[in-house]
Amino acid sequence: MSAPETTTKTGFRFGDLKNIFGNGGSLKQFGILAALIVIILFFQWWTNGTTLSPGNVINIVQQYSYILILAIGMVMVIIAGHIDLSVGSVAALVGIVVAISMRDWSLPWYLAIVLGLVVGAAIGAWQGFWVAYIGVPAFIVTLAGMLLWRGANQFIGDADTIPVPKEFVYIGGGYLPEWGPDTGYNNSTLLLGIIISAVLVYNEWRGRATRRKMGSDPVPLWVSIVRVGILVAVVIYAATLFGGYREGTSFPVSGVILGVLILVYSFVTRNTILGRHIYAVGGNRHAAALSGVKSRRVDFLVMMNMSILAAVAGMIFVARSQASGPFDGNGWELDAIAAVFIGGAAVAGGVGTVVGSIIGGLVMAVLNNGLVLKGIGSDQVQMIKGLVLLVAVAIDVYNKSQGRFSIIERLTRGRKGSTSSVNAEANETVRPDATKPDPTLPG
Amino acid sequence: MDNAVRTGPTILEMNSITKEFPGVKALDQVSLSVKAGEIHAICGENGAGKSTLMKVLSGVYPFGTYEGDIVYQGAVVKFKDIRSSEAAGIVIIHQELALIPTLSVTENIFLGNEPGRGGVIDWVGAKQTAIELLARVGLTDDPDVLIKDIGVGKQQLVEIAKAINKNVKLLILDEPTAALNEQESQHLLDLIRGLKGKGIASIMISHKLNEIEAVADSITIIRDGKSVETLDVVADGVDEDRIIRGMVGRTLENRFPDRHPEIGEVFFEVKDWNVQHPISADRKVVKHANFTVRRGEVVGFAGLMGAGRTELAMSIFGHSYGKFLSGQVFKDGKEINLNSVTKAIDNGLAYVSEDRKALGLNLLDDIKRSVVSAKLTKIAKADVVDSSAEYTVAEQYRKSLRIKTPTVNEGVNKLSGGNQQKVVLAKWMFTDPDLLILDEPTRGIDVGAKSEIYGIIRDLAAQGKGVIIISSELPELLGVSDRIYTIFEGQITSEIQAADADPETLMKSMTSAKKKVDAR
Repeated sequence: MSAPETTTKTGFRFGDLKNIFGNGGSLKQFGILAALIVIILFFQWWTNGTTLSPGNVINIVQQYSYILILAIGMVMVIIAGHIDLSVGSVAALVGIVVAISMRDWSLPWYLAIVLGLVVGAAIGAWQGFWVAYIGVPAFIVTLAGMLLWRGANQFIGDADTIPVPKEFVYIGGGYLPEWGPDTGYNNSTLLLGIIISAVLVYNEWRGRATRRKMGSDPVPLWVSIVRVGILVAVVIYAATLFGGYREGTSFPVSGVILGVLILVYSFVTRNTILGRHIYAVGGNRHAAALSGVKSRRVDFLVMMNMSILAAVAGMIFVARSQASGPFDGNGWELDAIAAVFIGGAAVAGGVGTVVGSIIGGLVMAVLNNGLVLKGIGSDQVQMIKGLVLLVAVAIDVYNKSQGRFSIIERLTRGRKGSTSSVNAEANETVRPDATKPDPTLPG
Repeated sequence: MDNAVRTGPTILEMNSITKEFPGVKALDQVSLSVKAGEIHAICGENGAGKSTLMKVLSGVYPFGTYEGDIVYQGAVVKFKDIRSSEAAGIVIIHQELALIPTLSVTENIFLGNEPGRGGVIDWVGAKQTAIELLARVGLTDDPDVLIKDIGVGKQQLVEIAKAINKNVKLLILDEPTAALNEQESQHLLDLIRGLKGKGIASIMISHKLNEIEAVADSITIIRDGKSVETLDVVADGVDEDRIIRGMVGRTLENRFPDRHPEIGEVFFEVKDWNVQHPISADRKVVKHANFTVRRGEVVGFAGLMGAGRTELAMSIFGHSYGKFLSGQVFKDGKEINLNSVTKAIDNGLAYVSEDRKALGLNLLDDIKRSVVSAKLTKIAKADVVDSSAEYTVAEQYRKSLRIKTPTVNEGVNKLSGGNQQKVVLAKWMFTDPDLLILDEPTRGIDVGAKSEIYGIIRDLAAQGKGVIIISSELPELLGVSDRIYTIFEGQITSEIQAADADPETLMKSMTSAKKKVDAR
């Protein structure tokens, strides 16, 4: 499996093809990404092109952005070895508080958003406190939270639906503004596409320079060019899709919020000390503690962060539906958790990525959307989604137990070697060396 | 001793048992012969192969995975698992008790062996039998009480009651008194003697040589996977010294690097350190420990497993073990506070755990991330980790410690034990410690990597750092240390210059507290 590593000099090698989206690349979620592409193409064919029509892609982004935002927080919780079942209820409670603050207290929309974030942070601090400092399992704390915050939503809102003002609707139902000459597309969306393309090119160039500095060979130049070329093509195509729908629509604001959050949290989990500590605590809590990681603080922060992101998701949802209701956010936790596990996270913690979870979430979103487009009832949609989750994780688990490299884990973690850990461990237990006393039988 | 019992027929004969693991011969032609109704002790250093031998006997390593045969009650037996050996009357009691804490005494005694019909348990009968069994081991406790609510000494007795219920003929006890206090140990040993009177033979593995001397009828000594000798305690007039000689009798190979230590002044001092066991409040695992480390010095800690050496080290390293009771630490003459790992690291301490996999590494991580994991702030600006600095640092250690790997992007789980240990060492060297505590740094590592690690220890000391090395291997301690403390049952029993020490004197101080006086 490390064969492509050694064939990175010059000229064409077949193995290099893998590098386009394989190891060493900027996109490491190859396995699940491939599944996503297959699903998109399948529905594109099955729905006679409706799936990738401008109206539908805008709809997918608006309809699933809040689930994907939850998945970002959820993957961090799961990496740290916890779970959060309360996110839907937290979103609902924040939604109602924000709606009431604008209707009854005449809070301007921007202060209402701040209030919503503060409420989310407070709820998160409460849950984080019980998990981190009292030691109640997150499953229990957030199960309690699920009831608590749902009840609070219905108590505060009198189990009623409360509308939100127009300006607030912008964050959930709004689009990038229209300006400049008539290009046939929305100019903001085109500009966004161009900026993203430029960043992709720059990143690839910088990545090559860094790898060269680190002494490892970068992939051949043509691999980089093909990779960036494909990505830029996808981005520009997406920009024309989002920007080419009817007047007044373009790339949704909720999508922009999602994009920014993905960038920020990818960076946090990958490149900051806090991010390292989250993986360390989830990977081996005792070893982390003995390395000076304040694991309780990490637990507290991931739980608190999750509720803040749930607040964001809740506000976007309320904005999009133009009202906060008593059953908002029902079942969101399950969608978010499913996205994270399809995206390659491990139930035991320590493994998972933000980008992987987003791709996992998109798999569910496109699947759901496509089935609905075909007029399949929500009963059957649920059954199919359940099976997809089961099969996706089962493939991952089976591959690991066979000692074969797991596409999802390997590529989402983006680390060589993290693949056969389960297998290596299994070998260890049947192969203790003579000098190492078995812990169960010292002697 | 009762001669009639001692000359009883042979109940167990293990002939030329050889057990190989890939790359290692754990047992090499080991033979063991146990007579009916005797107490047979097995002695050997940690890692000599005692546990492996008992696992072969009890079917943990089933027939076919070893060479040689086991003759039990006159017939060759081929146990395929632990159940089949139990059915034959061989019961092993592990040091880590196999009881379920949240079930009652009765439930535990009959676990997997429940009396009753058609899956319905006869609790009345079970309870009565339980009371009888408990009486046989000298317990009068209520059989409905939960295991977690009785002390570890009584738990040990419940294990034996469970064994008796299985109609045990040969009882294997692995370090039965390791977790017990004096009184409980005495009671347990009396009980084993009592069982002997009823014709139950026992095999006992213990590091406490005084206990072995007191109860065993014969002793088999295992060294480096080979059975060295079998002694008859009475006929051969065996005493502790004789056992020690057998255990450590190998010659010291010259596998330690030459050192020209330049030892400076005392810079690290621990005074009157006391630690309580994390669960049982009546047990102190470290008692009044005092020791010093000088700059450029390698200080050895000799002690048998469970003696309190790891507990002492971990407790000093940020109160990471048990409950800290009292004690002071001075560094460069100033008292320092070490009540968290972060403070310990900031004060220049580093602790390399004896349990590399459970406490030393995150096995999901790659090498470069592991190397920097204990001091990320060193390569981070505004909390953002500089990944190229990380790579550079890891590369440096890969070269200087000769970590065998294609790249530092490799997962640590792909490395051999020796190379994993080098990664752990790199991780702690990266924190720029003044004092490194190395707990069993060469455990589970092949000989080549061992001597490389000795070289690293030498280099660290040569840089003026203090090094504490905890090891069960006495030749290793004697080879790398300048000065050695021995520890027994939580107490530091002696302090010897390595040049003046030999394995026998060390072993004496490691196995009994009363030798404190004549250690120097």
